This record gives sequence, structure tokens and C-alpha cells, in this order.
Amino acid sequence: MNNPYIPNLVVIRKITTENEARDIKTFELVFKDPKAMRSFGYRCGQFAEISVFGAGECPIGIASSPMEEDSIQFTVKRVGVVTTALHNSVEGTVIGVRGPYGNGFPMEKMEGRNVVIVGGGFAFTTLRSLTNFILHEANRDRFKEITVIYGARDPGELIYKYDIEAWGKRKDINLNVTIDRAVTGWSGLVGFVPAVLKEVAPSSENAIAIVCGPPIMIKFTMPVIDELGFSPEEVYLSLEMRMKCGIGKCGRCNIGNKFVCKDGPVFTFEELKMMPREY
Amino acid sequence: MKWKTIEKRNFSALVEELAKENEVIGPLKEKNTVTSVRITSENEVCLDFWNTKKPPKEVFFPQTETLFTYRTSKNDAEIIESPAIRKKMVLVGVRPCDSRSLVLLDKFLSSGEHKDVYYLEKRKNATIVGLACNHPLSTCFCTSLGGSPSGKEGMDLLLQDINDKYLIQTVTEKGEKLLEKISWLKDAKKADIEKGKKLSSDAEAAVRSKVSLSDVSEKLDKMFDDPFWDQICQKCLGCGVCTFLCPTCCCFDVLEEGEERVRIWDSCQFLCFALQGSGHNPRPSGKERMRQRIMHKFNYFVKNYGKSFCVGCGRCVQECPVNLDIRDVVKTISARKVE
Repeated sequence: MNNPYIPNLVVIRKITTENEARDIKTFELVFKDPKAMRSFGYRCGQFAEISVFGAGECPIGIASSPMEEDSIQFTVKRVGVVTTALHNSVEGTVIGVRGPYGNGFPMEKMEGRNVVIVGGGFAFTTLRSLTNFILHEANRDRFKEITVIYGARDPGELIYKYDIEAWGKRKDINLNVTIDRAVTGWSGLVGFVPAVLKEVAPSSENAIAIVCGPPIMIKFTMPVIDELGFSPEEVYLSLEMRMKCGIGKCGRCNIGNKFVCKDGPVFTFEELKMMPREY
Repeated sequence: MKWKTIEKRNFSALVEELAKENEVIGPLKEKNTVTSVRITSENEVCLDFWNTKKPPKEVFFPQTETLFTYRTSKNDAEIIESPAIRKKMVLVGVRPCDSRSLVLLDKFLSSGEHKDVYYLEKRKNATIVGLACNHPLSTCFCTSLGGSPSGKEGMDLLLQDINDKYLIQTVTEKGEKLLEKISWLKDAKKADIEKGKKLSSDAEAAVRSKVSLSDVSEKLDKMFDDPFWDQICQKCLGCGVCTFLCPTCCCFDVLEEGEERVRIWDSCQFLCFALQGSGHNPRPSGKERMRQRIMHKFNYFVKNYGKSFCVGCGRCVQECPVNLDIRDVVKTISARKVE
């Protein structure tokens, strides 16, 4: 029987510090066994369990696009024992990864349609995977208009600046990057994500919306999404809960009878409305 | 189905016989409690007991279990998988409620894309020799959950105490095979079987504690925000004994110990159980945690697997330090008017 609790060994190839506070880093990982990389095959919106030997394991969303064939990336905020140990690791360290887990974003449903991507703060990681996947030359034709709205507290907290710069040069993406309050040296948009979404007002016609962000952003974004005419089945959200096993066994990430790890983490707004409010 | 009998005084000889090819695990009297332990020539299985303090889940899902060990060096790491347990096990004296709990655990832990190999490997190698209850306790309520004091669900063999001897009933082929090797067992007489049947029906009638679960799951669907949860959680201390001793509760935590990754029993009744890295806790007080336990047993599991995640063994009723009785909780839900 295949043992799902055994991680694959990976080497940290590159560490990129993403924000001014230096508590968010992106780790580029390469499988020690190339066969394991191929069998890892993941989709946007899935997550994996990262093992730092001696510290433990934690679930992290996959930040790289499945189109990248030789490595996978995770963007990790330093919050607890495992993430701190990971932040203290250096390039070349061997850690563990098992997965991919969860359902991921509904890629098939997005094909031939407009995609509206709304994200706030550090939750942008799997949305970055999604954006890069759609923008890849092999995939771009399969999707119609792409609108991205991404907000952070201030310019220093914006992650993936290198991607944002590259996206900004393209004509085939409507990119809107905003910060909460005006600061000198920032010439971009200013305002909270819901307000910017309202202003950009992407059409809900033949469109799907993907929303990830802190609870407060979600709370104020959903009414705007509703106003724009998106029906709840066409809006997808990615949830977070405390997890240990990632495979629906340890019993702590359930919301009602659904496990966020295996039935989610991506749910439609319609599904979410049917679930008890315990998240 | 075959019926055999064995004189009580010969039972240890049977255990000895089984121990030749199997690890035999059975109830043992220790001080004031009965616990399931490995039976060797040094100790003797005790079949005169109400029920074991801890349920048999710990044989397959130990309180602490090493998932794997590892070695790390400066720029490398190596994972050493724990060897699969190939030794055959025979569990003797498992009560019908506990045997049913294993069937429920099998359902849950083998469900979905990823199976719990640690549990299933051990389970595969085990034969369950059950023991019918002739004298149910006042806290027993197995019949309300679809069980019975002489239920055979999850068993390979069923023993029943018929005074001077045990009546043995084969339930599965696995159980039959186990007996084939023991040639000296006598075939049961008609009178023995009749006696067993009489004791079974008497025991069934002796389970006086009853709760009606017919509409509980449905009611719970509409009771998530009911003020009722505020009331029932008031006296709970959050000690978690109900979940640890529950034969079906199997939540666990995963952590590092030295160069080992281990899993340990965990409880939804603890504050940190669902506490997130950000500091947010979706179940911040006893109210949400009590609701999770009851909902999981009588609503969520029913939705996912068609059965309640409780077998009515009564351990949580007996051991709760503040006498919080799950039967009362269920009765209150059942009596509640919901829109």
C-alpha cells in the first residue's frame, strides 16, 4: 500500500525574500529524484505538506505554475515553528514535500471565459500560480479576458514584484495593483481591494471570479462581486484551516461535513453559503 | 456458521494454541481496571469483566506511533520507513460495541484517495474474537446505535459465557480457519446454543438505557446556531477524556520527536486543536468544541458514511469528571423544536 505520510526529498535551490518586513520568502524546490517531480503533477490552487526535518510539517499553497517543469515554488510567511525553521534554512538544504493535495481551481470551467482574479496580501500565492499558468503561451488562447486585482497594505508588502513588472508589460492582461494608503514614490492605484474592484468593474458576462484574501477583504469583496452580477456558483474562494495530515484523516480542518484539505480548499460561494459558519 | 464449545478451565490452553502463530491481545486485570495487553505465558487473559478501560482502537491506532525516522546531515536527509507489521494478531474478548467501532474506523480510515496505511496494515493482520455481553451496564446504550450485546459486526468469532463454558460461534471464514487448527474443541450441543440464545435475548432486554436517534441528524442540520450549545458546554472542563476513551474518535496530531515523525492522539475538545498560525481560531470556546464533537458523531459522519460515529459503549458517560452524559445531550436534541 502506498504510504501517503512519507515526504519526497527536495533541495532548496533558491530563496527569494518577497517583502520589506522580510517575513515572506519564496522557496524554489527541486526534487532529488526527478521521477518524483514528474509524478507530483499538480494543478493551480492545490497545496502540499512541507517537512522541515527536526521542526515538523505544515500545509502551504503551491505558488508556481504547473507549466514550470523543473521546480516547484512555495511562498511562506514566518508564523510558527515550521515556517520559522524554513525561513532559517539556507539554499542547498534538503527538506520534504508530499502532495499535491486538495481540489485546486476549476481550470476546465475557466476555459473560453473571462477570468477575474481578486487577491489581497499574502494570500496571493496560489493566484500567482493561476495567473502565470493562464498567461503561459501554451495556455493563453484558451482563456478570454484576464482581469487581476491585487492589493497589499503598502508597496513594501507587495509580493512577486518581478512577476507584476512582467505582467504590466503585457497587453493581454488587465492588471490592477493597489495599496491601502498613498505613500510617496507610489504612482499606482490606492484603495482597498473591494473599492478598486468596484471601480474596475469587470463584467460578469461569461466570467468566473476567483477570490483569495484575508477574511476582512473577503467580507467586503463579496457584496461587490454580487453587485457586479456574478452568480454564487461562478465565484470561487480558497479557504484556510489548521491541518496536519492534508489527506482528510487527522480530523481538524472540517467545516461541517466537508474537509478543507480534501473536499477543498477551493469552494464556490454557493457551496460556502450552505456550510456552517465556522471558519 | 459453526458452533463449538470450550470449558472455561481450558481457555488458557486455547490462548496458548493461538499464541503459537499469533500475537494474542486480550483483557487483563490490573489493579482496579481491565486493559487489553499482549498475553504471554506470564499472564492470563481475563474474560470476566465489564469492558476494558481503553477501547481496542489503540491496538491499530496507538496513542503514540512513529510514522518514520530520518537522518539529516549538512546537505542531505534520508528517510527510513518504519517496517510494516507483518505479525498476525488475535484480539480476544472484544465487546460487540468495540468491535463495531472498528468497522466504523475501517470505513473512515480507508476512505478517499489516500488511505491510512498504518492503521489498515495492522487491521489486515488481525482476527477479532468477540465476547458477548450477558450483563450490560447502566451506561450501555449500544442497541440505540444499531448494535447489540451479542452483535457480531466486525468479529471473526464470537464467544459467549454460558456459565461453565464458552459457546463459540464462527462469523467469518477467517474465524473458521483459526479454529480449524484446534482439533480438541467440542461441537456445541443444541442445549448450549439454546442457552446462548436465551442469554442474548435477556441481555438485549437488559440494555434499558435508550436514546432515539431517528431525527437527531436532521435536527442538527438546523441547530448549528442554536443557543442550546451555550448551555450544554457550561460544565465541560475540556479535559478530552471523552474523546481519548471513545472507541471511534481518531483525530491525531503530527509532530517531531528527536529524529522521528510521530503521531499522537489529539482531541477536538482542546483549545489549540483548530488554532491557526495567524492566531485565528474557528473554535475559540467550549461551545464550538462541544458542538464539533456532537455534530461529528451524529451529523457530519452520518452525512458522509450513513451511520452515527458512536457505538454506545458508554465510556464517555462513565469517565466524564463532571457527569456530562452524551445520552442526555442526544435526548435534548431529539426533544428540541426546530424550524
